[in-house]
Amino acid sequence: MNTTCIMCPMGCSLTVEEEGKEIVVKGNGCPRGEKYGRAEYSHPERVVTTLLKKEKGGVVSVKTDRPIPKDKIADLLLWAAAFRVQGQYKTGDVLAVNPVDCGANILATADEEE
Amino acid sequence: MKKFDVVVIGGGPAGMAAALGAREKGATVAILERDTRLGGILNQCIHNGFGLHYFGEELTGPEYAKRFRDKVLADSGITVYLEAMVLSFNEQKVVRALSPTEGLLEIQAGAICLAMGCRERSAGAIGLLGTRPAGIYTAGMAQRLSNIDGYLVGKEVVILGSGDIGLIMARRMTSEGAKVKLVAEIMPFSSGLKRNIVQCLNDYNIPLRYSTTVTRVTGKQRLTGVYVAPVDEKMQPILEKEEYIPCDTLLLSVGLIPENDLLSGTGVQMAAVTSGAMVDEYRATSVPGVFSAGNVLHVHDLVDNVSEEAFVAGRAAADFAKGVLPCGDTVAVIPSDGVRYALPQRVHPGEGKVKLYFRVDKVYKGRTVVVTSGGKEIKRKKPLVMAPGEMQNIEIEKSLITGEIKIYTEE
Amino acid sequence: MEKFDVVVIGGGVVGTAVLRSLSAYNAKILLLEKSSDVASGASRANSGIVHAGYDAEPGTKKAYFNVKGAAMFPALTKALGVPYRMVGSLVAAKEGGLPALQELKARGDANGVKTEIISREEILRLEPNIGPEITYALYAPEAGVVSPYKLTIAQADQAVVNGATIRLEEKVVALQKSKDGFILRTEKGEYTASYVINAAGAGASEVNALIGEYAPMETHGVGDYFILDSKEAGVVNTVVFPLPDEKGKGILVGPTADGNVILGPTSRKVPHERAEENEVTREGLDLVREGVKRLIPAVNLRSVIRVYAGTRTAVGSDFIIEQSARFPHYFMLLGICSPGLTSAPAIGEYVAAAAAEALGLTKKKEFLPLPARFHLNKSSDEEIKQKVAEDPAYGRIVCRCEKVTEGEILDAIRSPLPAHTVDAIKRRVRAGMGRCQGGFCRPRVMEILSRELNVPLSSVRMGDKGSEIAPYEVKEGYEKV
Repeated sequence: MNTTCIMCPMGCSLTVEEEGKEIVVKGNGCPRGEKYGRAEYSHPERVVTTLLKKEKGGVVSVKTDRPIPKDKIADLLLWAAAFRVQGQYKTGDVLAVNPVDCGANILATADEEE
Repeated sequence: MKKFDVVVIGGGPAGMAAALGAREKGATVAILERDTRLGGILNQCIHNGFGLHYFGEELTGPEYAKRFRDKVLADSGITVYLEAMVLSFNEQKVVRALSPTEGLLEIQAGAICLAMGCRERSAGAIGLLGTRPAGIYTAGMAQRLSNIDGYLVGKEVVILGSGDIGLIMARRMTSEGAKVKLVAEIMPFSSGLKRNIVQCLNDYNIPLRYSTTVTRVTGKQRLTGVYVAPVDEKMQPILEKEEYIPCDTLLLSVGLIPENDLLSGTGVQMAAVTSGAMVDEYRATSVPGVFSAGNVLHVHDLVDNVSEEAFVAGRAAADFAKGVLPCGDTVAVIPSDGVRYALPQRVHPGEGKVKLYFRVDKVYKGRTVVVTSGGKEIKRKKPLVMAPGEMQNIEIEKSLITGEIKIYTEE
Repeated sequence: MEKFDVVVIGGGVVGTAVLRSLSAYNAKILLLEKSSDVASGASRANSGIVHAGYDAEPGTKKAYFNVKGAAMFPALTKALGVPYRMVGSLVAAKEGGLPALQELKARGDANGVKTEIISREEILRLEPNIGPEITYALYAPEAGVVSPYKLTIAQADQAVVNGATIRLEEKVVALQKSKDGFILRTEKGEYTASYVINAAGAGASEVNALIGEYAPMETHGVGDYFILDSKEAGVVNTVVFPLPDEKGKGILVGPTADGNVILGPTSRKVPHERAEENEVTREGLDLVREGVKRLIPAVNLRSVIRVYAGTRTAVGSDFIIEQSARFPHYFMLLGICSPGLTSAPAIGEYVAAAAAEALGLTKKKEFLPLPARFHLNKSSDEEIKQKVAEDPAYGRIVCRCEKVTEGEILDAIRSPLPAHTVDAIKRRVRAGMGRCQGGFCRPRVMEILSRELNVPLSSVRMGDKGSEIAPYEVKEGYEKV
């Protein structure tokens, strides 16, 4: 796998490969890059932020309360497209519990405007 | 006439931090905010990545704004005027504003802190060629329409410019159901953060072409496509290599300009490179009692730096209002050899430390930054890498200042 | 089928001038415009110059209407509340250009236009930034600048106030003679008229063809322009032209009536099918840059806030302003190119009088004025305080660059000829015309339109059909990526 390290502005081009049972990171300039490359290879994760539509119209900004596996992002976005938020909310409220089965809940990131 | 020690113009991240900074020093504060709520552009930046330096955790824009807003609103020493647009201020520091509830409002300020933020460069400013259909937006405009209003500007998108807002909008549009066909960047590098290139473009297989620009657009009522072409070393498009990309949307992320219209005629000395005021380490401008912080002073890449800078300005504005801000002669800070600008542009010699913020003119790997004063080296550091998109800083001892400060890079 | 005494086809500056003049008569009158607003063709994007009248060949219609029209501007624009300034103009010539200036002056004299040839010293007093090669100039103190679209809109508004009907987005697709008049069919309806006035601008020949009148060869031109930030306003005081050549009056530098600086236009010929295209070209902008450099080298091209192109249509060398010989009660206005804007008010009066005479119309006892509008920018503190107290919307600034309030935008939406698109609001109150070009205010203007017109935001248009700005809801039609 080829990727770019984001740990610093250097942006080292990393090559991550499995050699036998070991994951080998090449191209990194420092130990942080190796750790990053390893994580990106074996279990890349992202906090996802998006919008949810409100039942009564309008949108609310949300995020997952923890990083989710990268390959679950598409599922999450598809779920988000269909989901409608009911009722009142404020920043930090859980709007959905574990929607794509990876342990992450969906939190409102903004207060509802009056 | 109402009176406040410190009047802060703008209630975004800079304005809120400046107000809180002034409160730390016991000043009475008014914030004049033109929008219906505090928070500024952060309110529409629903992605995360804010606050890592300041709060030690990753927040979304609205969350970052809320932390400050809650503090500001809980502080009875801060009066917030919403939907209040400042029209002018004068030498006596009388600030004139207009609001639907107050009408024409005049406030006597002990000190003024400018925190009006910045605006995006427009299609007109870059002389975009071709027709004038709907479908051409600054990235921030599309961001607001999506994240605040809930509407999507189009389905097939080309983005010109790889600044952070452009990159963020590439991911945002994709997750709302649009296809981003290309991000074109006229420079051979991106001014955006590496992290955004990886997580906003690479994660979604969105192509980024460097040294490429949009040469013209087509479409009568709605955009039907754009022509893109590579550019030569002089940034001129190589028209023989023009290529047509059908699309209904062009987003522009081609630069931010500090919004300093209020300063025309006030005598505040401006810096050509930053398009902001010239300031000292207290963020005091050339007009006594007028301070500036955040994106109105120079465009930042991290809001954390905006907050930090605005706290400095707010505290200093409070000190000025109380007549205790240190004054005296300053020495100039002169950038050269790879340093495009440094801020503050003037520093008082004396006690303590001062952080010089600076930007380099291109990507440097393993180059050293040197600071001299009165011809003597007073600090050096060698970052692994410096990029124009990422603001650097270097801290110096004020006691070492003996004359003009120079900041430059060397091999 | 609705019946009208007079139908005007085309809502440009000429059509609306005719309509305004006609609205002073006792008659049922209608204007049909194919676009979503008046001033959508040549009247939208031109130099905005009120020409003094030295340029037109003596004895031509151009000369007659130019001189007559120019004289009407001070009073007319004041009554309509339209930005107009009599700034004067210079035709700047290099060494050796004196004979050409003398020729122009002679024409001016013949047309009865006040001009004088002035030396470099005198030029410098008017234009301290004039190019170093300029040695002489023809100075016409009575030339002016006007906002062409605001004039068009105000004429339309006053006509509506006086009982005229304007139908937008109604292109005339059929026009035929009936026994006692004409039948007009648009995409939306059918109308009868006793008198028809063809003021269709770039489409005037096509309209002629619909009825079977001769459709003369038109030449269509496109001109590229730059608009500079209002902070550059001091760079030029008068409208500065180069010596005219066979292509036209050349690339000028001048102030706009609204306080910006305008540079242009070029003059590119385009085929008929591209007559309404507004494509800005690289070559065009390069030509403008070149031309400007010679006249006012101090012009700061980094302060450009907008580039655009305008169109114009000519038929031969003079205006065609005549009643049809084949179809009495059918009046044709063709090839009203420069100085068409200047001539429009005089053409309006002339054509309205012709129609009135043909139909035996009498003048109304009272010609209602256009009520004055509040503009924050032009109001005293007392006026502002009073206005905001009456309605807080006048205290809510929507467009920061041009300082336009929500109240002014609501006034535009509720005008006699209501604004229902973002561009229509922009042309009426300047929201989005400033240095950020709508970066901040466009979404807000859209929100106001959506609320006032009671339509979803996705239906709000920039201009004509198909120009919706944010046409989808987020996640609409989302498919897994």
